[in-house]
Amino acid sequence: MDCLNLNEPHSMGTTIIGVTYDGGVVLGADSRTSTGVYVANRASDKITQLTDNVYVCRSGSAADSQIVSDYVRYFLHQHTIQLGQPATVKVAANLVRLLAYNNKNMLQTGLIVGGWDKYEGGKIYGVPLGGTILEQPFAIGGSGSSYLYGFFDQAWKEGMTKEEAESLVVKAVSLAIARDGASGGVVRTVTINADGVTKNFYPGDTLPLWHEEIPAQNSLLDILSAPSPEPMSM
Amino acid sequence: MSKAAVDLPPKGGFSFDLCKRNDMLAKKGLTGPSFRKTGTTIVGLIFQDGVILGADTRATEGPIVCDKNCEKIHYMAPNIYCCGAGTAADTEAVTDMVSSQLQLHRYHTGRESRVITALTLLKKHLFSYQGYVSAALVLGGVDCTGPHLHTIYPHGSTDTLPFATMGSGSLAAMAMFESKYKEGLSRDEGIQLVVEAICSGIFNDLGSGSNVDVCVITKGHKEYLRNHLLPNPRTYINEKGYSFPKKTEVLMTKITPLKERVEIIETGDAMEE
Repeated sequence: MDCLNLNEPHSMGTTIIGVTYDGGVVLGADSRTSTGVYVANRASDKITQLTDNVYVCRSGSAADSQIVSDYVRYFLHQHTIQLGQPATVKVAANLVRLLAYNNKNMLQTGLIVGGWDKYEGGKIYGVPLGGTILEQPFAIGGSGSSYLYGFFDQAWKEGMTKEEAESLVVKAVSLAIARDGASGGVVRTVTINADGVTKNFYPGDTLPLWHEEIPAQNSLLDILSAPSPEPMSM
Repeated sequence: MSKAAVDLPPKGGFSFDLCKRNDMLAKKGLTGPSFRKTGTTIVGLIFQDGVILGADTRATEGPIVCDKNCEKIHYMAPNIYCCGAGTAADTEAVTDMVSSQLQLHRYHTGRESRVITALTLLKKHLFSYQGYVSAALVLGGVDCTGPHLHTIYPHGSTDTLPFATMGSGSLAAMAMFESKYKEGLSRDEGIQLVVEAICSGIFNDLGSGSNVDVCVITKGHKEYLRNHLLPNPRTYINEKGYSFPKKTEVLMTKITPLKERVEIIETGDAMEE
Protein backbone atom coordinates (compact mmCIF):
# COMPACT_ATOMS: atom_id res chain seq x y z
CA MET A 1 0.00 0.00 0.00
CA ASP A 2 1.15 3.50 -0.77
CA CYS A 3 2.70 5.23 2.24
CA LEU A 4 0.44 7.89 3.65
CA ASN A 5 0.75 11.28 2.08
CA LEU A 6 0.03 13.87 4.73
CA ASN A 7 -0.08 16.62 2.12
CA GLU A 8 -3.27 15.44 0.45
CA PRO A 9 -6.05 17.97 0.66
CA HIS A 10 -8.35 17.49 3.60
CA SER A 11 -11.60 15.90 2.68
CA MET A 12 -14.51 15.02 4.83
CA GLY A 13 -15.46 11.51 3.75
CA THR A 14 -18.65 12.05 5.67
CA THR A 15 -22.20 11.14 6.14
CA ILE A 16 -24.58 14.10 6.38
CA ILE A 17 -28.35 13.99 6.78
CA GLY A 18 -31.18 16.52 7.00
CA VAL A 19 -34.72 15.46 7.91
CA THR A 20 -37.92 17.48 8.33
CA TYR A 21 -40.46 16.57 10.98
CA ASP A 22 -43.74 18.03 12.16
CA GLY A 23 -42.56 21.42 13.47
CA GLY A 24 -38.91 21.67 12.43
CA VAL A 25 -35.81 19.92 11.10
CA VAL A 26 -33.10 17.63 12.44
CA LEU A 27 -29.60 17.81 10.91
CA GLY A 28 -27.08 15.04 11.58
CA ALA A 29 -23.47 14.24 10.68
CA ASP A 30 -20.51 12.04 11.62
CA SER A 31 -17.23 13.65 12.78
CA ARG A 32 -14.38 12.29 10.68
CA THR A 33 -12.02 14.48 8.60
CA SER A 34 -9.47 12.49 6.61
CA THR A 35 -6.21 13.33 4.78
CA GLY A 36 -5.82 10.36 2.48
CA VAL A 37 -6.01 7.39 4.87
CA TYR A 38 -5.05 9.31 8.03
CA VAL A 39 -7.82 10.70 10.21
CA ALA A 40 -6.79 14.31 10.72
CA ASN A 41 -9.67 15.18 13.05
CA ARG A 42 -11.80 12.50 14.71
CA ALA A 43 -14.14 14.97 16.40
CA SER A 44 -14.91 17.65 13.84
CA ASP A 45 -18.16 19.59 13.77
CA LYS A 46 -19.59 19.44 10.27
CA ILE A 47 -22.83 21.22 11.12
CA THR A 48 -22.04 24.93 10.90
CA GLN A 49 -24.20 27.85 11.88
CA LEU A 50 -25.23 30.33 9.18
CA THR A 51 -27.76 32.31 11.23
CA ASP A 52 -29.61 31.75 14.52
CA ASN A 53 -32.22 29.65 12.75
CA VAL A 54 -30.33 28.15 9.75
CA TYR A 55 -27.52 25.60 9.84
CA VAL A 56 -25.61 23.83 7.06
CA CYS A 57 -24.09 20.33 6.91
CA ARG A 58 -20.78 20.29 5.04
CA SER A 59 -19.23 17.47 3.00
CA GLY A 60 -16.48 17.11 0.40
CA SER A 61 -13.38 19.29 0.54
CA ALA A 62 -12.97 20.71 4.06
CA ALA A 63 -11.37 23.95 2.85
CA ASP A 64 -13.98 24.61 0.14
CA SER A 65 -16.95 23.94 2.41
CA GLN A 66 -15.54 26.11 5.23
CA ILE A 67 -14.92 29.04 2.90
CA VAL A 68 -18.40 28.76 1.29
CA SER A 69 -20.12 28.70 4.68
CA ASP A 70 -18.00 31.68 5.87
CA TYR A 71 -19.04 33.74 2.82
CA VAL A 72 -22.72 32.76 3.15
CA ARG A 73 -22.70 33.62 6.88
CA TYR A 74 -21.31 37.04 6.02
CA PHE A 75 -23.85 37.68 3.23
CA LEU A 76 -26.73 36.47 5.42
CA HIS A 77 -25.65 38.78 8.23
CA GLN A 78 -25.78 41.75 5.88
CA HIS A 79 -29.09 40.55 4.45
CA THR A 80 -30.61 40.23 7.95
CA ILE A 81 -29.56 43.80 8.79
CA GLN A 82 -31.02 45.14 5.55
CA LEU A 83 -34.22 43.09 5.80
CA GLY A 84 -34.82 43.92 9.47
CA GLN A 85 -35.89 40.39 10.38
CA PRO A 86 -34.38 36.86 10.47
CA ALA A 87 -33.45 35.45 7.06
CA THR A 88 -35.55 32.62 5.64
CA VAL A 89 -34.11 29.16 4.98
CA LYS A 90 -34.87 29.58 1.28
CA VAL A 91 -32.67 32.69 1.02
CA ALA A 92 -29.83 30.98 2.88
CA ALA A 93 -30.04 27.93 0.62
CA ASN A 94 -30.09 30.09 -2.49
CA LEU A 95 -27.01 32.02 -1.40
CA VAL A 96 -25.22 28.71 -0.93
CA ARG A 97 -26.46 27.56 -4.32
CA LEU A 98 -25.27 30.73 -6.11
CA LEU A 99 -21.73 30.35 -4.74
CA ALA A 100 -21.67 26.62 -5.50
CA TYR A 101 -23.06 27.00 -9.03
CA ASN A 102 -21.04 30.02 -10.14
CA ASN A 103 -17.78 28.46 -8.92
CA LYS A 104 -18.58 24.92 -9.89
CA ASN A 105 -15.24 24.41 -11.66
CA MET A 106 -13.24 25.25 -8.58
CA LEU A 107 -15.31 23.91 -5.69
CA GLN A 108 -15.81 20.35 -4.60
CA THR A 109 -18.36 20.43 -1.81
CA GLY A 110 -21.85 19.04 -1.21
CA LEU A 111 -24.01 20.86 1.34
CA ILE A 112 -27.35 20.37 3.05
CA VAL A 113 -29.01 23.56 4.32
CA GLY A 114 -31.66 23.20 6.99
CA GLY A 115 -33.54 25.51 9.33
CA TRP A 116 -36.80 26.96 10.53
CA ASP A 117 -38.48 30.25 9.69
CA LYS A 118 -41.95 31.62 10.50
CA TYR A 119 -43.21 31.60 6.90
CA GLU A 120 -42.48 28.04 5.77
CA GLY A 121 -41.64 26.25 9.02
CA GLY A 122 -38.93 23.59 8.92
CA LYS A 123 -37.28 23.15 5.50
CA ILE A 124 -34.37 21.13 4.08
CA TYR A 125 -32.55 22.10 0.87
CA GLY A 126 -29.90 19.89 -0.75
CA VAL A 127 -27.08 21.61 -2.70
CA PRO A 128 -24.92 18.81 -4.15
CA LEU A 129 -21.80 19.09 -6.38
CA GLY A 130 -22.54 21.29 -9.39
CA GLY A 131 -24.80 23.72 -7.57
CA THR A 132 -28.32 22.33 -8.04
CA ILE A 133 -30.80 23.35 -5.37
CA LEU A 134 -33.49 20.86 -4.42
CA GLU A 135 -36.06 21.27 -1.66
CA GLN A 136 -36.70 17.86 -0.12
CA PRO A 137 -38.49 16.40 2.90
CA PHE A 138 -35.21 14.70 3.74
CA ALA A 139 -31.71 14.87 2.19
CA ILE A 140 -28.58 12.74 2.52
CA GLY A 141 -25.06 13.48 1.35
CA GLY A 142 -21.40 12.53 1.58
CA SER A 143 -19.65 9.26 0.81
CA GLY A 144 -21.60 7.38 3.50
CA SER A 145 -24.95 8.35 2.02
CA SER A 146 -24.61 5.64 -0.65
CA TYR A 147 -25.47 3.10 2.06
CA LEU A 148 -28.57 4.96 3.20
CA TYR A 149 -30.76 5.40 0.11
CA GLY A 150 -32.56 2.09 0.60
CA PHE A 151 -32.78 2.62 4.36
CA PHE A 152 -34.51 5.99 4.01
CA ASP A 153 -36.89 4.78 1.30
CA GLN A 154 -38.15 2.29 3.84
CA ALA A 155 -37.81 4.15 7.13
CA TRP A 156 -38.77 7.77 6.45
CA LYS A 157 -42.39 8.76 6.88
CA GLU A 158 -44.34 11.98 6.79
CA GLY A 159 -45.31 13.72 10.06
CA MET A 160 -42.79 12.23 12.51
CA THR A 161 -42.33 13.68 15.98
CA LYS A 162 -39.10 15.35 17.06
CA GLU A 163 -37.93 12.28 19.00
CA GLU A 164 -38.68 9.93 16.10
CA ALA A 165 -36.84 12.17 13.65
CA GLU A 166 -33.78 12.48 15.87
CA SER A 167 -33.55 8.74 16.53
CA LEU A 168 -33.95 8.09 12.79
CA VAL A 169 -31.05 10.42 12.04
CA VAL A 170 -28.80 8.87 14.71
CA LYS A 171 -29.64 5.35 13.52
CA ALA A 172 -28.92 6.29 9.90
CA VAL A 173 -25.56 7.96 10.62
CA SER A 174 -24.46 5.02 12.75
CA LEU A 175 -25.39 2.58 9.96
CA ALA A 176 -23.35 4.60 7.49
CA ILE A 177 -20.39 4.79 9.90
CA ALA A 178 -20.51 0.98 10.18
CA ARG A 179 -20.11 0.54 6.42
CA ASP A 180 -18.22 3.60 5.15
CA GLY A 181 -14.50 3.85 5.96
CA ALA A 182 -14.47 7.59 5.43
CA SER A 183 -17.13 8.19 8.10
CA GLY A 184 -16.60 7.66 11.78
CA GLY A 185 -16.17 9.17 15.21
CA VAL A 186 -19.22 10.57 16.99
CA VAL A 187 -22.69 11.49 15.76
CA ARG A 188 -23.65 15.16 16.11
CA THR A 189 -27.22 16.38 15.64
CA VAL A 190 -28.78 19.83 15.55
CA THR A 191 -32.56 20.22 15.98
CA ILE A 192 -34.12 23.50 14.82
CA ASN A 193 -37.72 24.51 15.45
CA ALA A 194 -39.86 27.44 16.62
CA ASP A 195 -38.44 27.17 20.15
CA GLY A 196 -34.84 27.48 19.00
CA VAL A 197 -31.82 25.27 18.43
CA THR A 198 -30.76 22.13 20.37
CA LYS A 199 -27.41 20.48 19.78
CA ASN A 200 -26.75 16.86 20.73
CA PHE A 201 -23.76 14.61 20.74
CA TYR A 202 -23.70 10.80 20.67
CA PRO A 203 -20.29 9.22 21.37
CA GLY A 204 -19.45 5.88 19.70
CA ASP A 205 -20.27 3.69 22.68
CA THR A 206 -23.86 4.98 22.94
CA LEU A 207 -24.68 4.03 19.34
CA PRO A 208 -26.56 0.80 18.57
CA LEU A 209 -24.51 -2.17 17.40
CA TRP A 210 -25.13 -3.59 13.93
CA HIS A 211 -24.28 -6.86 12.21
CA GLU A 212 -20.82 -8.17 13.21
CA GLU A 213 -20.00 -5.15 15.33
CA ILE A 214 -18.52 -5.94 18.74
CA PRO A 215 -19.19 -3.89 21.89
CA ALA A 216 -16.65 -1.26 22.93
CA GLN A 217 -14.09 -2.53 25.40
CA ASN A 218 -12.05 -0.71 27.99
CA SER A 219 -8.75 0.52 26.70
CA LEU A 220 -5.74 -1.68 27.49
CA LEU A 221 -4.20 1.34 29.18
CA ASP A 222 -6.84 1.24 31.91
CA ILE A 223 -6.24 -2.45 32.46
CA LEU A 224 -2.44 -2.12 32.48
CA SER A 225 -2.40 0.78 34.89
CA ALA A 226 -4.55 -1.12 37.38
CA PRO A 227 -2.53 -2.48 40.35
CA SER A 228 -1.11 -5.94 39.66
CA PRO A 229 -2.91 -8.80 41.45
CA GLU A 230 -1.50 -10.68 44.46
CA PRO A 231 1.06 -13.33 43.53
CA MET A 232 -0.41 -16.82 43.49
CA SER A 233 0.50 -19.12 46.34
CA MET A 234 0.80 -22.87 46.04
CA MET B 1 24.71 14.37 -28.58
CA SER B 2 24.63 14.22 -32.39
CA LYS B 3 27.97 15.11 -34.06
CA ALA B 4 26.23 16.42 -37.15
CA ALA B 5 24.47 19.22 -35.16
CA VAL B 6 25.71 22.80 -35.52
CA ASP B 7 27.67 24.05 -32.54
CA LEU B 8 25.46 26.66 -30.90
CA PRO B 9 26.71 28.78 -28.01
CA PRO B 10 25.36 27.31 -24.72
CA LYS B 11 22.08 29.07 -23.84
CA GLY B 12 20.70 29.38 -20.34
CA GLY B 13 17.69 27.43 -19.11
CA PHE B 14 16.89 23.77 -18.55
CA SER B 15 18.79 21.22 -20.61
CA PHE B 16 16.35 18.64 -21.93
CA ASP B 17 19.12 16.33 -23.21
CA LEU B 18 18.59 13.63 -20.63
CA CYS B 19 14.77 13.55 -20.71
CA LYS B 20 14.63 10.96 -23.47
CA ARG B 21 17.08 8.77 -21.56
CA ASN B 22 15.04 9.12 -18.36
CA ASP B 23 11.87 8.16 -20.21
CA MET B 24 13.57 5.09 -21.66
CA LEU B 25 14.85 4.07 -18.21
CA ALA B 26 11.42 4.63 -16.65
CA LYS B 27 9.83 2.35 -19.23
CA LYS B 28 12.40 -0.30 -18.30
CA GLY B 29 11.33 0.00 -14.68
CA LEU B 30 13.91 2.32 -13.06
CA THR B 31 12.16 4.93 -10.89
CA GLY B 32 14.01 8.21 -10.39
CA PRO B 33 14.85 9.80 -7.00
CA SER B 34 11.89 11.45 -5.27
CA PHE B 35 11.81 14.76 -3.40
CA ARG B 36 11.05 14.64 0.26
CA LYS B 37 8.93 17.29 1.85
CA THR B 38 10.51 19.07 4.77
CA GLY B 39 9.90 16.81 7.72
CA THR B 40 8.84 18.13 11.11
CA THR B 41 7.00 17.31 14.27
CA ILE B 42 4.92 20.17 15.66
CA VAL B 43 2.35 19.86 18.43
CA GLY B 44 0.05 21.95 20.56
CA LEU B 45 -2.16 21.27 23.55
CA ILE B 46 -4.54 23.16 25.79
CA PHE B 47 -3.88 22.84 29.50
CA GLN B 48 -5.47 24.31 32.61
CA ASP B 49 -4.19 27.87 32.26
CA GLY B 50 -3.56 28.21 28.53
CA VAL B 51 -1.76 26.68 25.56
CA ILE B 52 1.57 24.86 25.15
CA LEU B 53 3.21 24.58 21.72
CA GLY B 54 6.14 22.31 20.88
CA ALA B 55 8.39 21.66 17.87
CA ASP B 56 11.54 19.80 16.86
CA THR B 57 14.45 21.75 15.33
CA ARG B 58 15.54 19.90 12.19
CA ALA B 59 15.35 21.51 8.74
CA THR B 60 16.01 19.23 5.75
CA GLU B 61 16.84 19.68 2.10
CA GLY B 62 15.94 16.34 0.58
CA PRO B 63 17.96 13.74 2.54
CA ILE B 64 20.38 16.26 4.06
CA VAL B 65 19.90 18.08 7.35
CA CYS B 66 20.62 21.67 6.44
CA ASP B 67 19.92 23.22 9.85
CA LYS B 68 20.27 21.24 13.08
CA ASN B 69 18.77 23.90 15.28
CA CYS B 70 16.20 25.98 13.42
CA GLU B 71 13.25 27.79 15.03
CA LYS B 72 9.85 26.48 14.05
CA ILE B 73 7.77 28.33 16.63
CA HIS B 74 7.04 31.72 15.07
CA TYR B 75 5.88 34.88 16.80
CA MET B 76 2.49 36.19 15.67
CA ALA B 77 1.49 38.52 18.52
CA PRO B 78 2.54 38.93 22.17
CA ASN B 79 -0.18 36.42 23.10
CA ILE B 80 -0.18 34.23 19.96
CA TYR B 81 2.48 31.87 18.57
CA CYS B 82 2.39 29.62 15.52
CA CYS B 83 4.34 26.41 14.74
CA GLY B 84 4.99 25.78 11.04
CA ALA B 85 5.53 22.59 9.04
CA GLY B 86 6.01 22.19 5.29
CA THR B 87 8.19 24.36 3.08
CA ALA B 88 10.25 26.54 5.45
CA ALA B 89 10.10 29.59 3.18
CA ASP B 90 6.31 29.38 2.99
CA THR B 91 5.80 29.04 6.74
CA GLU B 92 8.20 31.92 7.50
CA ALA B 93 6.69 34.21 4.89
CA VAL B 94 3.07 33.55 5.76
CA THR B 95 3.58 33.89 9.53
CA ASP B 96 5.61 37.10 9.10
CA MET B 97 2.96 38.55 6.82
CA VAL B 98 0.07 37.78 9.15
CA SER B 99 2.10 38.95 12.17
CA SER B 100 2.50 42.39 10.52
CA GLN B 101 -1.17 42.49 9.59
CA LEU B 102 -2.05 41.72 13.21
CA GLN B 103 0.23 44.51 14.44
CA LEU B 104 -1.46 47.02 12.12
CA HIS B 105 -4.85 45.75 13.27
CA ARG B 106 -3.77 46.26 16.90
CA TYR B 107 -2.84 49.86 16.16
CA HIS B 108 -6.13 50.35 14.36
CA THR B 109 -8.36 48.88 17.09
CA GLY B 110 -6.29 49.56 20.21
CA ARG B 111 -6.94 46.04 21.47
CA GLU B 112 -5.04 42.80 22.07
CA SER B 113 -5.13 40.49 19.02
CA ARG B 114 -7.46 37.51 19.04
CA VAL B 115 -6.46 34.02 17.87
CA ILE B 116 -9.50 33.81 15.56
CA THR B 117 -8.29 36.92 13.74
CA ALA B 118 -4.92 35.31 13.03
CA LEU B 119 -6.76 32.14 12.00
CA THR B 120 -9.03 33.91 9.51
CA LEU B 121 -6.14 35.89 7.97
CA LEU B 122 -4.06 32.73 7.52
CA LYS B 123 -6.98 30.68 6.22
CA LYS B 124 -8.03 33.27 3.64
CA HIS B 125 -4.47 33.59 2.34
CA LEU B 126 -3.81 29.85 2.09
CA PHE B 127 -7.16 29.10 0.46
CA SER B 128 -6.63 31.71 -2.22
CA TYR B 129 -3.37 29.94 -3.19
CA GLN B 130 -5.25 26.64 -3.46
CA GLY B 131 -2.65 24.63 -1.54
CA TYR B 132 0.39 25.85 -3.48
CA VAL B 133 1.67 27.73 -0.41
CA SER B 134 2.77 24.61 1.39
CA ALA B 135 2.34 25.69 5.01
CA ALA B 136 0.74 23.45 7.62
CA LEU B 137 0.41 25.38 10.88
CA VAL B 138 -0.48 24.85 14.52
CA LEU B 139 -1.73 28.18 15.86
CA GLY B 140 -2.16 28.72 19.58
CA GLY B 141 -2.72 31.61 21.92
CA VAL B 142 -4.67 33.09 24.81
CA ASP B 143 -6.88 36.13 24.32
CA CYS B 144 -9.79 37.80 26.12
CA THR B 145 -12.10 34.92 25.11
CA GLY B 146 -9.81 32.22 26.54
CA PRO B 147 -7.16 29.76 25.28
CA HIS B 148 -7.44 28.58 21.66
CA LEU B 149 -5.65 25.97 19.57
CA HIS B 150 -6.17 25.56 15.82
CA THR B 151 -4.60 23.59 12.98
CA ILE B 152 -4.44 25.08 9.50
CA TYR B 153 -3.82 22.95 6.41
CA PRO B 154 -2.19 24.12 3.15
CA HIS B 155 -5.53 24.10 1.31
CA GLY B 156 -7.06 26.47 3.83
CA SER B 157 -9.18 24.19 6.00
CA THR B 158 -8.96 24.62 9.77
CA ASP B 159 -9.78 22.53 12.81
CA THR B 160 -10.20 23.57 16.42
CA LEU B 161 -8.94 20.96 18.83
CA PRO B 162 -7.80 20.48 22.43
CA PHE B 163 -4.60 18.80 21.20
CA ALA B 164 -3.09 18.72 17.73
CA THR B 165 -0.04 17.49 15.82
CA MET B 166 1.24 18.27 12.31
CA GLY B 167 4.16 17.40 10.08
CA SER B 168 5.77 14.11 9.03
CA GLY B 169 6.14 13.10 12.68
CA SER B 170 2.51 13.88 13.48
CA LEU B 171 1.48 10.23 13.71
CA ALA B 172 4.18 9.41 16.25
CA ALA B 173 3.31 12.50 18.30
CA MET B 174 -0.45 11.89 18.04
CA ALA B 175 0.04 8.37 19.41
CA MET B 176 1.53 9.91 22.59
CA PHE B 177 -1.24 12.47 22.89
CA GLU B 178 -4.06 10.01 22.31
CA SER B 179 -2.80 7.74 25.06
CA LYS B 180 -1.84 10.33 27.68
CA TYR B 181 -3.84 13.53 27.15
CA LYS B 182 -6.54 14.49 29.61
CA GLU B 183 -8.34 17.74 30.33
CA GLY B 184 -7.07 20.09 33.01
CA LEU B 185 -3.38 19.23 32.85
CA SER B 186 -1.07 21.31 35.02
CA ARG B 187 1.76 23.34 33.49
CA ASP B 188 4.45 20.74 34.29
CA GLU B 189 2.33 17.80 33.17
CA GLY B 190 1.54 19.64 29.94
CA ILE B 191 5.18 20.44 29.18
CA GLN B 192 6.12 16.84 30.00
CA LEU B 193 3.53 15.50 27.58
CA VAL B 194 4.54 17.91 24.81
CA VAL B 195 8.19 16.95 25.26
CA GLU B 196 7.29 13.25 25.09
CA ALA B 197 5.29 13.79 21.90
CA ILE B 198 8.09 15.73 20.19
CA CYS B 199 10.70 13.18 21.30
CA SER B 200 8.51 10.44 19.87
CA GLY B 201 8.64 12.32 16.56
CA ILE B 202 12.38 13.01 16.83
CA PHE B 203 13.33 9.38 17.43
CA ASN B 204 10.81 7.63 15.20
CA ASP B 205 10.50 9.96 12.20
CA LEU B 206 13.41 10.50 9.84
CA GLY B 207 12.26 13.99 8.92
CA SER B 208 12.39 15.24 12.53
CA GLY B 209 15.32 15.43 14.90
CA SER B 210 17.72 17.39 17.10
CA ASN B 211 16.21 19.41 19.94
CA VAL B 212 12.83 20.24 21.47
CA ASP B 213 11.47 23.81 21.56
CA VAL B 214 8.52 24.60 23.84
CA CYS B 215 6.36 27.70 24.17
CA VAL B 216 3.92 28.17 27.07
CA ILE B 217 1.25 30.85 26.67
CA THR B 218 -1.06 31.87 29.53
CA LYS B 219 -3.24 34.88 30.21
CA GLY B 220 -0.99 37.90 30.10
CA HIS B 221 2.26 35.92 30.08
CA LYS B 222 4.31 33.80 27.69
CA GLU B 223 7.47 31.70 28.03
CA TYR B 224 9.47 30.77 24.98
CA LEU B 225 11.68 27.86 26.09
CA ARG B 226 14.14 27.63 23.22
CA ASN B 227 16.00 24.29 23.29
CA HIS B 228 14.10 23.15 26.36
CA LEU B 229 15.53 19.66 25.86
CA LEU B 230 18.67 18.58 24.00
CA PRO B 231 18.37 14.81 23.61
CA ASN B 232 20.91 14.62 20.78
CA PRO B 233 24.17 16.04 22.10
CA ARG B 234 27.35 15.77 20.08
CA THR B 235 29.17 13.01 21.90
CA TYR B 236 32.31 12.39 19.88
CA ILE B 237 34.93 15.14 20.09
CA ASN B 238 38.38 14.44 18.65
CA GLU B 239 41.01 14.83 21.49
CA LYS B 240 43.73 15.83 19.07
CA GLY B 241 41.72 18.89 18.15
CA TYR B 242 41.62 20.41 14.71
CA SER B 243 44.41 22.40 13.09
CA PHE B 244 43.60 24.48 10.08
CA PRO B 245 46.23 25.81 7.60
CA LYS B 246 47.40 29.37 8.24
CA LYS B 247 45.50 32.10 6.49
CA THR B 248 46.84 33.95 3.44
CA GLU B 249 50.26 35.56 3.98
CA VAL B 250 50.48 39.36 3.57
CA LEU B 251 53.48 40.29 1.37
CA MET B 252 53.05 44.06 0.91
CA THR B 253 50.57 46.78 1.99
CA LYS B 254 49.94 49.90 -0.14
CA ILE B 255 47.00 52.25 0.39
CA THR B 256 45.97 54.64 -2.41
CA PRO B 257 43.24 57.13 -1.48
CA LEU B 258 40.81 57.46 -4.41
CA LYS B 259 39.40 60.89 -3.57
CA GLU B 260 41.07 63.85 -2.01
CA ARG B 261 39.62 65.26 1.14
CA VAL B 262 37.44 68.24 0.30
CA GLU B 263 38.08 71.35 2.42
CA ILE B 264 34.96 73.38 3.29
CA ILE B 265 35.59 77.12 3.51
CA GLU B 266 33.01 79.06 5.49
CA THR B 267 31.63 81.84 3.26
CA GLY B 268 30.19 85.00 4.63
CA ASP B 269 26.49 85.10 3.84
CA ALA B 270 24.04 82.39 4.75
CA MET B 271 21.66 81.06 2.07
CA GLU B 272 18.48 82.98 1.49
CA GLU B 273 15.24 81.96 -0.08
